Amino acid sequence: MKYDSQLFKLKKNDRIADGIYSWVVENDNLPGLARCGQFANVKVEGKTLRRPISICDADDNSLRLVFQVKGEGTEIMSKMKPGEEVEILAPLGHGFDIQKDKKYCLIGGGIGVPPMLFTAKQCDNPLVITGFRTKDLVILQDDFKAAGAETVLTTDDGSDGIHGFVTDVLKEKLGEIDEVCACGPIPMLRAIADICRGKVRCQVSLEERMGCGIGACLVCACKTKPKDGEEFMSQVCRHGPVYDAEEVFFDE
Amino acid sequence: MSDLSVKICGVEFGNPLIAASGTFGFGREFAEFYPLSVLGGISCKGITLKPREGNPPPRIAETEGGILNAVGLQNPGVDHFIEKDLPWLKEQNTRIIANIAGNTQEDYCAMAEKLSDSDVDFVELNISCPNVKSGGVQFGTSCESVGAITDAVKRHCKKPLMVKLSPNVTDIAEIAKSAEYNGADVISMINTLTGMRIDINSKRPIIRNNTGGLSGAAVFPVAVRMIWQVYNAVKIPIVGMGGVSKWQDAVEMLMAGASALQIGTVLFNDPYAPVKINEGISKFMDENGIKNISDITGTVIPW
Ligand SMILES: Cc1cc2nc3c(=O)[nH]c(=O)nc-3n(C[C@H](O)[C@H](O)[C@H](O)COP(=O)(O)OP(=O)(O)OC[C@H]3O[C@@H](n4cnc5c(N)ncnc54)[C@H](O)[C@@H]3O)c2cc1C
Ligand SMILES: Cc1cc2nc3c(=O)[nH]c(=O)nc-3n(C[C@H](O)[C@H](O)[C@H](O)COP(=O)(O)O)c2cc1C
Ligand code: FES
Repeated sequence: MKYDSQLFKLKKNDRIADGIYSWVVENDNLPGLARCGQFANVKVEGKTLRRPISICDADDNSLRLVFQVKGEGTEIMSKMKPGEEVEILAPLGHGFDIQKDKKYCLIGGGIGVPPMLFTAKQCDNPLVITGFRTKDLVILQDDFKAAGAETVLTTDDGSDGIHGFVTDVLKEKLGEIDEVCACGPIPMLRAIADICRGKVRCQVSLEERMGCGIGACLVCACKTKPKDGEEFMSQVCRHGPVYDAEEVFFDE
Repeated sequence: MSDLSVKICGVEFGNPLIAASGTFGFGREFAEFYPLSVLGGISCKGITLKPREGNPPPRIAETEGGILNAVGLQNPGVDHFIEKDLPWLKEQNTRIIANIAGNTQEDYCAMAEKLSDSDVDFVELNISCPNVKSGGVQFGTSCESVGAITDAVKRHCKKPLMVKLSPNVTDIAEIAKSAEYNGADVISMINTLTGMRIDINSKRPIIRNNTGGLSGAAVFPVAVRMIWQVYNAVKIPIVGMGGVSKWQDAVEMLMAGASALQIGTVLFNDPYAPVKINEGISKFMDENGIKNISDITGTVIPW
């Protein structure tokens, strides 16, 4: 893989829900076509570390990144204006493995939803289950529909869609699908992995605090056990962020 | 045209910038950005006699102007390094420094012996890693222990020996003198300063190891001060590091007394930093009529 950190032009910065922003950034020399599940490492003025953000959508010369304001870095990003330049290292990591002619169920929880949009675009008629805490945080439902997905929305408090968890829906639909791809909080991923175990293949996208973003500094460790391999400390930025759920030890 | 090359213990580096241990792995990832020959050298990830898994995550936290890390010396072991990484590294047209850490004096000596028969250009003795329970730093915090380990390793090491000092000490000049007296060929400094960050919502330290090593721009003035003190105390060359982020920092650290530099944390922000810093140094030299890097070393005029 060839890496390049390049200047992108911020084309759009829209607030799409409470504290959640959608960027479109453009660069005519995108170093490689992104795969779904990969991420971008965004340089933020005044910060030592870059901010890893999943690729929500991509084409030949643009990336869409959807992020939630958490701390100072994402706050600065949320205030940037279209026309400004931003340096981004992308695409990084190992994305979802999507195969033709399979029925996919894509599951996103909270700010884990964005990467599932680009993933949905690679699948034929996927079922997309998204879960949010409350209606003010619901994002990307129209985008999923436009991508041809069947969508099921859940909220923890019942303020929009089904009152309940994504796992309740998954259990009902398990018979109709071939594979699951999921991104979201660890307890959600663990529950999904438990439901899928022995029935359907499940891939999960993990988060870990990062330094270099390319596999050199070993700070983004995750204990994994590859099929037929030895247990080892893998790097989420390089071996992940997407793993086969059976490879991962979900301890917090 | 200014000449960026530097010679340390008779070994020529194409330019004064060396990748700092632990921030650059064994070079393969950064080689996807540029030929590694843009660097004068690479100090490889710290290796131990046997492979190590390292600490559980999170291993990094950000702080104003820097980061804390506690990787805990995750590495594949010295034999793997010599067999699998070194042959490739030697083809990259840059100098290779093996950074070694151990639990016991015997570990260090055994590794030095193995590396003596390999193609590495230097052995860097890491007696300053703050992130592992036993090993590393306890060898690096008193004159006696630094002297003893330097002396022992020197007897087993046919390569020029670089001793990497910890800044977590009261009098770094005394420690440097002890390393020099006991056979160190070069001093490299500084390793990270022990620090801590706490998440005020969970009351948990951000790093799983609770504490971690501080690096990046925040430590730069501390590093400059310590390098200057050591420069005034020893005759052997110093490879300086700690927070170098731009070419001005590089020149400043050379003036304090460094003969060459290592850069680490800045690479996470800007992988192209070595290219940019070298360009800046070169321009500075041209504008000031400086022919060699060594003509900058130690030129500070203290009050
Ligand atoms: C592979 C990957 C993909 C991600 N995709 C998205 C996405 O699509 N949308 C989105 O909103 N968020 C995403 N995140 C989380 C996002 O990186 C963090 O929310 C963000 O870095 C927080 O930065 P901050 O400065 O606002 O917070 P601060 O807490 O001030 O950040 C301090 C440091 O901690 C790091 N950090 C804090 N929280 C996280 C976290 N959860 N994961 C990794 N590093 C963290 C920051 O990068 C920074 O280095 C992703 C994380 C990873 C690892
Ligand atoms: C993620 C990380 C890992 C490190 N690992 C090592 C190591 O294995 N051995 C070592 O001697 N120093 C290690 N260091 C310390 C650096 O080599 C260097 O001394 C320090 O980071 C200061 O330089 P900087 O501010 O340019 O990063 C590590 C630093 C970081 C940030
Ligand atoms: S962030 Fe450096 S190895 Fe993953």
